[in-house]
Amino acid sequence: MTITARRWLFGVCGAALFTIFILAVRELPQFGHYRGPYGDVLNRETVYERHVTDVVSAVNFDWRGIDTLGEESILFLSVVGTIVLLRTGDEEVQGKDNEDAGPNADIPLPSDATRVAALGLVGPLVVFGLYIVTHGHLSPGGGFQGGVVLATAPLLVYVAGALKTFKRIANHQFVEIMEALGIGGFLGIGFLGMARGAYLRNALPLGTTGHLFSGGTIFLLNVSTGAAVAAGMLSVMYAFLEHTIEVRLRSKA
Amino acid sequence: MPFIQVTILIFVGMTGTAVALTRNPVHQVIGLSFYGIILGLFFFILQAPDVALSQITIGAVVLPLMFMLALGKIRRQAQRKSSTDHPGNARGVQ
Repeated sequence: MTITARRWLFGVCGAALFTIFILAVRELPQFGHYRGPYGDVLNRETVYERHVTDVVSAVNFDWRGIDTLGEESILFLSVVGTIVLLRTGDEEVQGKDNEDAGPNADIPLPSDATRVAALGLVGPLVVFGLYIVTHGHLSPGGGFQGGVVLATAPLLVYVAGALKTFKRIANHQFVEIMEALGIGGFLGIGFLGMARGAYLRNALPLGTTGHLFSGGTIFLLNVSTGAAVAAGMLSVMYAFLEHTIEVRLRSKA
Repeated sequence: MPFIQVTILIFVGMTGTAVALTRNPVHQVIGLSFYGIILGLFFFILQAPDVALSQITIGAVVLPLMFMLALGKIRRQAQRKSSTDHPGNARGVQ
């Protein structure tokens, strides 16, 4: 196709798309005007029916818990896929690589300021992550967000240059167990609901609204999601960094 | 739309355009992280703190981090490849 023909084709298609786009935008509801009945019903009923103060968490982990199970499976599968893709063969780590250790070994140690700031933040970050995970049903946040926060804490250890410590945390069997418990826990808690007639139905005592241990299965599902997300993120980071860490540790030794 | 929403929305558009126009991938990732924070702020202004928190953790932390790690991995493999292609040259390059 010649350049002129292509431009004509683009011109016609572009004009058509623009017209349809303008027509569609004119039909949109006003900015900030919500028209669906579903959200209003949830806002009115959730606090009384589920004893939680964060409606978003109730939607994610109770009313539409099955969607979240799907999301968590997507995350799990992508973690597994990334690790399989990036798996470093033993011969690659130990064999001929010694000769081109140069570029990785040359990376200077982080400055004292970076190390103090990074290591100082690790503790608060772990506490904050646990807080976000466990208070998902009371305030904004939950398993996904808190899990990511938890996973960034070991990354700060890496940023501080403590490679051996990072390796010990990220390569620990505990991470794999946490991942498995997170996914398996979500599936298992779903089966609790079978006792009351449906998979993932909220089958536990709801407790007092506003208390930490309330909301029935919402709290437990948040915690298991947090464990799965934190462990999954950490595994992916380690899969990416494994080779660099090996080379740099060996060149230092 | 209130003034503050318009302001943040314009910032979202500006940072998004800046990310699209950046050519160097590493610089682009830094811009992407910044764009993620601004977008999170926009969600927060629109009274969606839950979504804002997700946006900040995923859009401003995880996504740029994954890009950075992948770029680092690609660069390392390219280095290794070039040193095995020209073994005589490898030491000099390093």
